Amino acid sequence: MATDTLKTEGHAHGHDHDHDHHDAAGTKLFGFWVYLMSDLVIFGSLFATYAVLLRGTADGPTPGEIFQLPFILVETFLLLFSSFTYGMAVLAMNAGSVAKVRQWLLITFVLGAAFVGMEVYEFQHLIHEGFGPDKSGFLSAFFTLVGTHGLHVTFGLIWILVMIIQVSKQGLTDVTRPRILCLSLFWHFLDIVWICVFSFVYLMGAL
Amino acid sequence: MFGKLSLDDIPIHEPILVVTFLAIALGGLVVVGAITYFKKWGYLWREWLTSIDHKKLGIMYFIVALVMLLRGFADAFMMRSQLAMASAGSEGFLPPHHYDQIFTAHGVIMIFFVAMPMVIGLMNLVVPLQIGARDVAFPFLNNLSFWLFAAGVILVNVSLFVGEFATTGWLAYVPLSGIDYSPGVGVDYWIWALQISGIGTTLTGINFFVTIIKMRTKGMKMFHMPIFTWTSLCANVLIIASFPILTATIAFLTLDRYLGTHFFTTDMGGNMMMYVNLIWAWGHPEVYILILPAFGVFSEVIATFARKRLFGYGTMVWATVAITILSFIVWLHHFFTMGAGANVNAFFGIMTMIIAIPTGVKVFNWLFTMYRGRLEFTSPVLWTIGFIITFTLGGMTGVMLSVPAANFVLHNSLFVIAHFHNVIIGGVVFGMMAGLTYWFPKAFGFTLNEKWGKRSFWCWLVGFYLAFMPLYVLSFYGAVRRMQSYEDGSWQPLMLIAWLGAVTILCGIVCTLIQVFVSIRDRKQNQDLTGDPWDARTLEWATASPPQFYNFAHLPEVNSVDAFWEMKQKNGGTAPKPKAPYKDIHMPKNTWEAPVMGAFSTVLGFALVWHIWWLAIVSGIAIFATFMARIFNNDVDYYVPAAEVERIEREVQKRAEMQA
Repeated sequence: MATDTLKTEGHAHGHDHDHDHHDAAGTKLFGFWVYLMSDLVIFGSLFATYAVLLRGTADGPTPGEIFQLPFILVETFLLLFSSFTYGMAVLAMNAGSVAKVRQWLLITFVLGAAFVGMEVYEFQHLIHEGFGPDKSGFLSAFFTLVGTHGLHVTFGLIWILVMIIQVSKQGLTDVTRPRILCLSLFWHFLDIVWICVFSFVYLMGAL
Repeated sequence: MFGKLSLDDIPIHEPILVVTFLAIALGGLVVVGAITYFKKWGYLWREWLTSIDHKKLGIMYFIVALVMLLRGFADAFMMRSQLAMASAGSEGFLPPHHYDQIFTAHGVIMIFFVAMPMVIGLMNLVVPLQIGARDVAFPFLNNLSFWLFAAGVILVNVSLFVGEFATTGWLAYVPLSGIDYSPGVGVDYWIWALQISGIGTTLTGINFFVTIIKMRTKGMKMFHMPIFTWTSLCANVLIIASFPILTATIAFLTLDRYLGTHFFTTDMGGNMMMYVNLIWAWGHPEVYILILPAFGVFSEVIATFARKRLFGYGTMVWATVAITILSFIVWLHHFFTMGAGANVNAFFGIMTMIIAIPTGVKVFNWLFTMYRGRLEFTSPVLWTIGFIITFTLGGMTGVMLSVPAANFVLHNSLFVIAHFHNVIIGGVVFGMMAGLTYWFPKAFGFTLNEKWGKRSFWCWLVGFYLAFMPLYVLSFYGAVRRMQSYEDGSWQPLMLIAWLGAVTILCGIVCTLIQVFVSIRDRKQNQDLTGDPWDARTLEWATASPPQFYNFAHLPEVNSVDAFWEMKQKNGGTAPKPKAPYKDIHMPKNTWEAPVMGAFSTVLGFALVWHIWWLAIVSGIAIFATFMARIFNNDVDYYVPAAEVERIEREVQKRAEMQA
């Protein structure tokens, strides 16, 4: 859907005097898709590593002993809901309303920040209990997998702030629109990765 | 203040290093002095360092690669000299700690900082032209990729004079590369040089993949693309799918070394065999990233100089695609001896053997292209024929290694060294030399000297066989790789022959340097004003040499393979000239941000190697701030007015007519 919208926009704003010029926004989005696929390979390596090291607990805690599912469930819903609010931001962009885009981006930011905050709390709590990443192969893989996702979300948060500033200053232009769509892809992508983290790491770990 | 760095880390007690440093410092001073004297800093910055022109980036990649080839070859020459001397109790001239650094640096440099930039440099120079595009999809990223690569190059070279390099071998196997066994900074230099340049490579992969998919000129279907573009496309798919694994693997090793995690440790639940699996899950596709574009070069060269359409275009494409896919399911053949079991070994052994089939298809396609062609024995053709023979031989020793039972005997012996040099020198190096000679006139507007090119070829060919055939033999006597000296004096004659081979290859490199010098000196006689010195078949020859910065005044229209050849046929044998009216052309502007980000990445890498945390934070923030400056900079493109295009085109045509 997002791509279709963009194409119509691209034509409306396109330069008439240069038919050779390629659809720049479409290329950008496609490129971003390809980047996401390469990022997915990083997460694939992380998941594979986690699977291999899962039993390497070295007399330390097992997954079932340290995960608190209700806490993680709240985290999960925060992130899922932030994907919904980001969707609303894209709809607002299609409707051409800068104010609403800004508003939904801000809500998404708050939800994402809450997610990261909870994750930092979880990490800090585990380390405080003596279950830091240097305690066993399992904990190394766990912290790195979840932490890499958290780092991505943090970059996403910075990006949201940048977009709030750019949309406020420049409006919805040929420059900002594709960026909002790329960020949308990024944000939903992190959501999907988190669903895998939640299922494979937390749910299966708690079994 | 300076982390682990102290004055003791400057190796002033090593005479080889001090002399090298003085030579490089002196050479550097001369270059810097010359640039200052001729007031070329502004020109260098505006026209090259900040350039987003894919052709200039291609040239810069190649220049760095040739410089690093000299460094990597110097390492090779020292190793061969050491082994020619260190026989039957003699220690030679390189102590083990130094020797270990040299073979590690040799492998790292030759793969990452010679072969990769040559391949990526050729892709930069040629691919956009072959698909009739004016630039790549993301010109800013293209420049950034180059500077991230350059950051890696600088870090590797700094390690020579500040501290040490890894002593672990080019893939830094754990547990040897772990903090317990390698507490020094050598592995950290390895980590950050590869991590930073690897990110640049991933960006290149994405960039060229999107360029080829999205920016082909009017009418060019996938199955109209020249083979070099096809092989580049597949190489980029491999980059996108495999380099992230390298990024993750190096990140795990980094965490193990810096934060005390247990990914690859021998205790506390770590698993060192996982490292070997991960690194080869990247490493095997990597060798195909190098060889596929070389296959593409040979295909272009042989079709051009045989004056025939490439035999079996379709099978060539499918063979390339098949190799691309197969390259991901053979990685375990690098460690059959690890103990994965007979069934697993059998699967990976058979998969490895299967790769020989599409490769064989390609070899026959090249042979049949030559068959009944009017083959012209130019130096690119010599490189190609040398490749076909040498690579086939190397491929067969590869199939021998892929038999798990035989592999248990040959593993870690000189047989492996002889095999992969057989395919990398015979394949990648010969391919890049052929590509360099073939496309040099496109990049610079004059052809390379043939006489010195052929001399270089013969030296390389003879030198290769002299240097590596003895290693096959030695392996059966039990000679292993990475040994610094040996007891058995009867090995020495073969080692001396191998040393002679290295001397012969040195002659080949010198011939290439002379070739470049002579060609620049005689450039007036060898000028290429037509843009098509070889009477070639693909679109890069449809524009001037060197091409205008916008590549094509009018984007060409394509409806077959060998589009440019068709155009010439329809036009009575000569290339059609661009005619007025011209249109405004949309082009990207240069970027100062990318080189600055590359410079700070270098500093960041250095700071992390030496645990200088404040500097790491400062340079990290600087990279981020520069990137933000780019993000908030909307003045990134412009239009070349039609009148300006007309002026440039008229000038190009006038020059061509004056020649005629």
